[in-house]
Amino acid sequence: MALDPKAQAALALYRFGLGPRAGSIAGIASDPRGALLAELDGAGAGRIGNADLLTSGTAARVAFAFQQAQREARQAERAAQQAAAPSGGASPPQMNDQSAPPPPAPVRNPGPGMPQQIYLAEAKARIQAALDAEIGFLERLVWFWSNHFCVSADKGNVRQICGAYEREVIRAHVLGRFSDMLLAAESHPAMLIYLDNARSIGPDSIAGLRQKRGLNENLAREILELHTLGVRTVYTQEDVTRFANVITGWTFVPFRQDPVRGGEFEFNPRMHQPGAQTVIGRSYPDAGMQQGRDVLAALARHPATAKHVAAKLARHFVADEPPPALVERLAKRFLATQGDLKEVTKALVAAPEAWEAPRAKLKRPGEWVIGMLRAAGITPPDIGPVMQAHNLLGEPLWRPSAPKGFADESAPWLDGLAQRLDIANQFARRVGAEADPREVFEQALAPLASSETRQAVLRAESRPQALALMFMAPEFQRR
Amino acid sequence: MTFNRHAANRRELLLASGTLFAWAYLPKVARAEGRDPRLLVIVLRGALDGLAAVAPVGDPDWLALRGDKALTLDGKPPALPLDSFFALNPAMPNLHRLYKSGAATIVHATATPYRERSHFDGQDVLESGLAKPGAADTGWLNRALASLQPGDRAGGSRDAFAIGPIAPLVVRGPAPVLSWTPRRLPPTGDDTVMRLMELYHHTDPVLARVLEERMGLATIARAGGMDGEQPQAAGAGQVRAYFAESAGTAAKFLARADGPRIGALAFDGWDTHAAEGAMSGRLAILIGALDGAIAAIETEMRDAWRETVVAIVTEFGRTARINGTDGTDHGTATVALMAGGALKGGRVVADWPGLKLAKLHDGRDLKPTTDLRAVLKGLLKDHLRVDAGVLATKVFPDSAAVKPMAGLLQQA
Repeated sequence: MALDPKAQAALALYRFGLGPRAGSIAGIASDPRGALLAELDGAGAGRIGNADLLTSGTAARVAFAFQQAQREARQAERAAQQAAAPSGGASPPQMNDQSAPPPPAPVRNPGPGMPQQIYLAEAKARIQAALDAEIGFLERLVWFWSNHFCVSADKGNVRQICGAYEREVIRAHVLGRFSDMLLAAESHPAMLIYLDNARSIGPDSIAGLRQKRGLNENLAREILELHTLGVRTVYTQEDVTRFANVITGWTFVPFRQDPVRGGEFEFNPRMHQPGAQTVIGRSYPDAGMQQGRDVLAALARHPATAKHVAAKLARHFVADEPPPALVERLAKRFLATQGDLKEVTKALVAAPEAWEAPRAKLKRPGEWVIGMLRAAGITPPDIGPVMQAHNLLGEPLWRPSAPKGFADESAPWLDGLAQRLDIANQFARRVGAEADPREVFEQALAPLASSETRQAVLRAESRPQALALMFMAPEFQRR
Repeated sequence: MTFNRHAANRRELLLASGTLFAWAYLPKVARAEGRDPRLLVIVLRGALDGLAAVAPVGDPDWLALRGDKALTLDGKPPALPLDSFFALNPAMPNLHRLYKSGAATIVHATATPYRERSHFDGQDVLESGLAKPGAADTGWLNRALASLQPGDRAGGSRDAFAIGPIAPLVVRGPAPVLSWTPRRLPPTGDDTVMRLMELYHHTDPVLARVLEERMGLATIARAGGMDGEQPQAAGAGQVRAYFAESAGTAAKFLARADGPRIGALAFDGWDTHAAEGAMSGRLAILIGALDGAIAAIETEMRDAWRETVVAIVTEFGRTARINGTDGTDHGTATVALMAGGALKGGRVVADWPGLKLAKLHDGRDLKPTTDLRAVLKGLLKDHLRVDAGVLATKVFPDSAAVKPMAGLLQQA
């Protein structure tokens, strides 16, 4: 079933990108595959060039200083209250009038705290990158890998560094080697906090012998289960425990100890479990941090990892039940290139299956919301409603409910269909006077639209209704 | 590879969801006469079936045309008589009462100059005041305001305004306007849901099933299809509440001594292709909600009601006959409804074209015999004292041949 060039171009934008903007279907119609590959070759591909964004270390320290100042202010306030109301003393004079209500407590509404401010600035930059991308293939890859190696802003002090994490770990390696991305992720403070490794202590380490606290297996297990080999593959509980021992000491510099480097990654030998460890049939001598690097490198090379990653990529981009031949080919490419993600990505684009699969997958909420903005040609001056839409649809930005990340299959997202209608309706009412639905339809959906959808949009009773119906149309929601 | 630069022409999204647009001055000439006129324009988007709102019960061809869907004086419920020829939809007791007291006027067989049948283009012509569809970014009401000499500015906000998630085109333009955000957004209309369900039923059974389950919509979905069932009345209360709150809030602002004087609202949902339900279904609910909105305006205006005109207009009418799905398709002429104490009302203004086949426009629609611009020009000229030359060139460009309708106001 050969699609005409415009439909092929639209398919590229829907399946691999973030949806068409005005002119983008025509712009890539001569060579959709080539356009996808060209986006991978762009200068600074995948990076966000925003000098105002903080490194994770700076963000962590700024937030720590903010929280410290708040703590001190609260302590000072409590001390002042205690001084003003000595126990058993006389009432203050202004309280003598019994009919007067007590004076209101001083209102403190400082607005969002520093972690939230940093989080929102990062979110805004990410949304802007998604709107500015010509096709959005690279952004989709960033979103995919960010979800694969997810952290959550809802945990501890991750909020202020989760945006920097994505830039420093995911964007930096999105077209690099999987092994480099893996090492960067597992040694980033955001991940070490999120999956509790920062406080994991080898039982026989110096710190372990001195304290009651000990090993935490969380990160080791999720690396094996989610990030590399995949669940129920080649590892055992013993492997999990030994691997957890290997990465004891992977933590961050305490803020009080070092105001300059506080919050940055460090390997702390005093927390590291001494001795050799055997993980999945291979013994690793204790070489401090190198022991963990070696295990991660071996995991990145493992065929089970190749298969896991290949299946996940194909499931995300192509089909909930991806064609086995496609998964096989991607896994082979992964192994043959030592996990070169650019080569694996090119193999995905080259695969005929990736273009022949029916457009059955439901867009994830983020793709759908950004797709509406791109189709309508809108840049929101305030990201609040965009973030709110993500929340309502169950995909709050950088806040997955579990380390597995947000689902790649369509089924869980079907539940939000009624919420999508409300959001489409509100969005369409807000922009309906600005955007001509006929133009938006022609530019963003026409090559893929059924005659029924075309009629529903063009015969709507008003512009806002036309836009809402277009955004809710199966051809707009599926990819 | 080159692309259209998205960023360069990207429109800023207005995130102030609801808007009340207010013109910051009083019309000076009217003030000099000791008047303080208010004008509220309500745009009904989707094309109101004028024959279902105001029925020509005295026309010998009426019953044959609409059969058991025709409003009649002995119907169930009976239509409300206006004169010896026309009767009002029974869902509009308030408009009927106002009409009987001389505070409502109905113009029938009226239309804008637009003669095609696209909602978007029809709405553009209606609200822009231009003779043809095309790039329009200002509305006739705003241009009328821009032409008025600003009088006092006491209180700071004696203005025009619009309530709705976005400002209707009719009030957009050069005249400065203020905005206000209503508490609630309009509910996702049953009409939108029904259209989406129908689309899903034809194109995506999975989405159809999910949406039906999530919204408990099985009944409504059937009613939107071909089997002629009446839609559920579910949501009627919501629609009534939204109409009444929007209109009542507008009136509260208009009534204030330091408030705006001129404004606009838009209500959606009038595109009744299937299961129209003029007497007890969907259209009856909408018409009843509109009647409630008029009553809310009257109540909230208090003393200012006697200086008020509410003008209710729609982009075009609907087919004279009922179609195969108990609805009506896009047509041409329809009604314009006016209410307010400033009117010299109590009459139906109509050069009635008749309903015989040969008399119908294109053999299907009520033929337009009154240019809607004449009505609007008459209101602007006699109520707000907009200059006739300005009306013919700037407010409704190229409309010199369309004379302002005289005698609509008590104040000539």
